Amino acid sequence: MRYSVWNLARQALRGHRHWQPAWRDADPAKHYDVIIIGGGGHGLASAYYLARNHDVGRIAVIEKGWLGGGNTGRNTTIVRSNYMLGNNTDFYEWGMKLWEGLSQELNFNVMLSQRGQFNLCHSDAQMDAARRRGNIMRAHGIDAELIDASAVASALPYLDYRDSARFPIYGALYQGRAGTARHDAVAWGYARAADQLGVDIIQNCEVTGYSFQGERVTGVHTSRGHIGAGRVGIAVAGNTGRLAGMAGLRMPIESHVLQAFVTEAVKPCLDHVVGFGASHFYISQSDKGGLVFGGDLDGYNSYAQRGNLPLVEDVIESGVALMPWLSRARLLRHWGGVMDMTLDGSPIIAPTPVDGLYINGGWCYGGFKATPASGWCFAHLLAEGQAHALTEDFNLERFANGRVLDEKGVGPVAWAH
Amino acid sequence: MKRALGQWLGRIKESAVVRIRCPHCGLRSHAEFSYGGDARRQRPAESNADAAVWSDHVFLRDNPRDVHEEYWQHTHGCRVWLQVTRNTATHAISAVSIAADKSESPCNEDEQ
Repeated sequence: MRYSVWNLARQALRGHRHWQPAWRDADPAKHYDVIIIGGGGHGLASAYYLARNHDVGRIAVIEKGWLGGGNTGRNTTIVRSNYMLGNNTDFYEWGMKLWEGLSQELNFNVMLSQRGQFNLCHSDAQMDAARRRGNIMRAHGIDAELIDASAVASALPYLDYRDSARFPIYGALYQGRAGTARHDAVAWGYARAADQLGVDIIQNCEVTGYSFQGERVTGVHTSRGHIGAGRVGIAVAGNTGRLAGMAGLRMPIESHVLQAFVTEAVKPCLDHVVGFGASHFYISQSDKGGLVFGGDLDGYNSYAQRGNLPLVEDVIESGVALMPWLSRARLLRHWGGVMDMTLDGSPIIAPTPVDGLYINGGWCYGGFKATPASGWCFAHLLAEGQAHALTEDFNLERFANGRVLDEKGVGPVAWAH
Repeated sequence: MKRALGQWLGRIKESAVVRIRCPHCGLRSHAEFSYGGDARRQRPAESNADAAVWSDHVFLRDNPRDVHEEYWQHTHGCRVWLQVTRNTATHAISAVSIAADKSESPCNEDEQ
């Protein structure tokens, strides 16, 4: 059923009794041409673009829990494309372009709000770095604007602009097309659109291992029996190490916990996405009114999906240093998600040494914004067997041959990216 | 009964947050410690010229969802490096020892 004003009125007149489920609750078939493990945004987007752009036969997405129950439902919903190394720049911009048409494409309102993002600078060196990043973005046709402190002050009057501020504001790199999107709607929209193209979405089905014929993967063992597959794609960021480990692979990835926070709903007060440059802190206001923010990783290997109090203190200190009025807000919830932290801070969309097994992971804490482009390029990889031009740099060999994409320049320390 | 309950609550408290029992300083918040990562990784000998061995060492991880041997330094305390056995799924710590006391500490191959 297509969602439209006409259909809404029609269903309303019929007492809303005839809406249909947005997707089928499929039972696993014996065999699929492509199986994608992981029913989060990336897995569902991959299945959707695989069905839409390629002709590969039967496709299934299998998910151990419920759709979007992992990091898709745990992020701070920011979308942007301000990267500067290798494929990162054009890849995230392709994602931004897909975001801009996504609600129409999926016939599902993902509530994209291009409210603009300010990345604040607090020193001359940071202004220089922002100028360099902005120039690289502009050279790739991406909108970026370096603005001075007075322009920041007129847009964000609520920050601390005194010379005595702990971290005086020198200016900001502004991307006007950046913003936020409704994270759950992204998973649901892709699930519904993929289902309409014939993709089987199988929930409550946990992968426990793979079956092989010689060197080639021939299917997956799951909690609901064996399912045969021509090709298998892993899209389980947070657990990539485990799923790859079941096939005997070691990954350049550590799993770390990242916490996010939301306050009680308050009246509209924060119109943009704001990133603090002196400490790791980023904040926006949801449509419901809650201030949604996050900071650094807890900083130790974890699969626990919950973090610890020292980091809560650290993140809130950062927030209050930037926006003193934030101290009056009351925290409503905070939660943790498990990040696939690669050793260079950039993602992996690549074939593995195991024939027929492909990996989409290593999203560190930037996976949400990448969802559409990741699905687009992973679908290409699963259909063609080789990387899409936008993701050639996201291979596994880069770690051995020295072509790492280390945006932050911190070296092979997973929890420092 | 009361004692058993107290012990049980104590265990919950110890496993609910990461606090590390430093052999010198006692049970301290992990905010005092710096993380040093996987302690099972063995640094190849300096004489090993195989690039693949080195890139595996630098970049590949076991990343278990289970018991993990890892280094922590008591940076804001006695500054000793510790080897901690911690479960990455529950954060529960089962053993702490001084890293230098462990025979398989890194970099020792060439020094001996």
